[in-house]
Amino acid sequence: MSVASAGTAARTRRRPSRWSGVKGEARFALALLLPAAVVVFGVVLYPVGRTFVISLFDVTSPLPGDYPFVGLSNYTRVFRDPAFYGVLGHTMYFTLVSTAAELALGIAVALLLNAPLRARWFWRSLVVLPWALPTIVNGALWRWIYNGQYGALNGLLETLHLSDTPHQWLGSPFLALNMVILADVWKNTSIVVFFILAGLQTISSDLYESARMDGAGAWAAFWRITLPLLAPSIAVVLILRTIEAFKVFDIIYVMTGGGPASGTQTVAFYTYLQAFSNQLFGYGAALAYLIVLAVFALAMLYLRVLRQGQMAGVE
Amino acid sequence: MRHSRRYLIGIHVAAVVMALVILLPFAWLLISSVSPPADLVSSHVHWWPSHPTMARYRAIFTSSAEGGDNVAANFRLAMVNSLIVAGSTTVISLTVGALGGYAFARLRFRLRRTSLFAFLAIYMLPPIALVIPLYLALANLHLLDSKIGLIITYCSIVTPFCLWTMSNYYLSLPADLEEAARVDGCSRLGALMRIILPLARPGLLTTAMFGFLLAWDEFLYSLIFTSTTNAKTIPVAIAEFTGKYSSDFGLIAAGGVLATAPPVILALLFQRYIVGGLTSGAVKG
Repeated sequence: MSVASAGTAARTRRRPSRWSGVKGEARFALALLLPAAVVVFGVVLYPVGRTFVISLFDVTSPLPGDYPFVGLSNYTRVFRDPAFYGVLGHTMYFTLVSTAAELALGIAVALLLNAPLRARWFWRSLVVLPWALPTIVNGALWRWIYNGQYGALNGLLETLHLSDTPHQWLGSPFLALNMVILADVWKNTSIVVFFILAGLQTISSDLYESARMDGAGAWAAFWRITLPLLAPSIAVVLILRTIEAFKVFDIIYVMTGGGPASGTQTVAFYTYLQAFSNQLFGYGAALAYLIVLAVFALAMLYLRVLRQGQMAGVE
Repeated sequence: MRHSRRYLIGIHVAAVVMALVILLPFAWLLISSVSPPADLVSSHVHWWPSHPTMARYRAIFTSSAEGGDNVAANFRLAMVNSLIVAGSTTVISLTVGALGGYAFARLRFRLRRTSLFAFLAIYMLPPIALVIPLYLALANLHLLDSKIGLIITYCSIVTPFCLWTMSNYYLSLPADLEEAARVDGCSRLGALMRIILPLARPGLLTTAMFGFLLAWDEFLYSLIFTSTTNAKTIPVAIAEFTGKYSSDFGLIAAGGVLATAPPVILALLFQRYIVGGLTSGAVKG
């Protein structure tokens, strides 16, 4: 008892310095952040540096050894690699089409979930489901649905008498890329819905009320009020989805393995193949660093948009 | 605002269409997992199993792992690995993230913004950029194909995310709480432990759910760092089996249903917090 009260007394005496001292505050912040810094940077810093070093050497095996120093030639090689441009094309196509489709669908679904539906919580929980489905299970499931012999998609077309000839959905390069995009859109539209829904909830209903008084229809209200006020949310979601699409790997791995005829290889997948199938670790590391640069450029854009959103008073 | 009858019917029809698009693939996963093998490879698709069978689930839960290449037993072991790895990652990342996030939300110190951005930058790094040297480093430490190696790696991805969401959650709590604690004679640490953390429980739980899903879904690191049932996680087990025996979808489906259950149940439990939790930092800053 006496120990406890003595402790309290000591704390009371020292209180001013502990609470208002700038130095104390910084020291406390350091103590709180130290564990997180160890867990994160302890693991990541070495690989970040090491990847760069590897990218300067012609490393052709995972074993340690003497590899020739080649400077930046792994990087210049990327731009002389004809396969890389094809892969870049697929990645851009994947990114543009999936992001555009997810955005359009996401806005539509978010508007629907914001409308006066009965049992709204029920519809909203439905949208959570594809988001929670593991990416690999999603890929395996759609690969099965697209199966040319036994797949449900061909079965559905047959049952509805739309088409009797079985289609090889993953059989030709361009079609396969689009079918992978469809599977990606089915799963990832949910994230867009979450962001747009959060944005919609910040728009006051008075605005719509006064627009109606002014004789604006629902369509005009959407284009003149909803969409402009959603602009910051849309910008955020666009950049986040673009970054994710740049990194896309899992779904390609499980659905097509990059085929047919390399038609669904993306930059991340190509990097993986170069490093781990062809054992070109130096070249793979250079490719990886270029992805990092692209992602960071997008991330900077993201932070800038966020800050502008704050200044525009989007709270 | 009153709505016309036609409008109300229209939005409910649209909602039903949306529900079908979302639920049908899930239903197909479930149906495939209980259909007898002959139904899955017949020339016409069987929309409903002729004789529903639980044999695959029974095999996954009971078959013996002895003697190597038993796929069903591998799925079970991979599930256990995933639960251990994702669970431990969540506990560690949430602990360090809840402490660090408080510093970002409430304390003023030099390089606050810079260090926050440094953590976020790590979160945005594509795993493919780190996987080569991490593989070599883990090999040197004899941590390849071990759950500990995976947990260490996953914590470095999940922790920045926990920091960010927890920091946003603390910002949503009233700022004069600490003031009140100070009047009561609490130290800074005491205020955080006894007042802020108990109040932040919804934020902690939601962040834990996001962290768990992130770790559960991870694929590339596990694919490259693990090779046996010692540490192989469920996404890798499923992807491997999909590549090898693409026509035996029944077992993949059963494994898929089991792999889907934990994240879906968690997401449904926390459904009402997901929109706020994912987007608070992004939309409200």
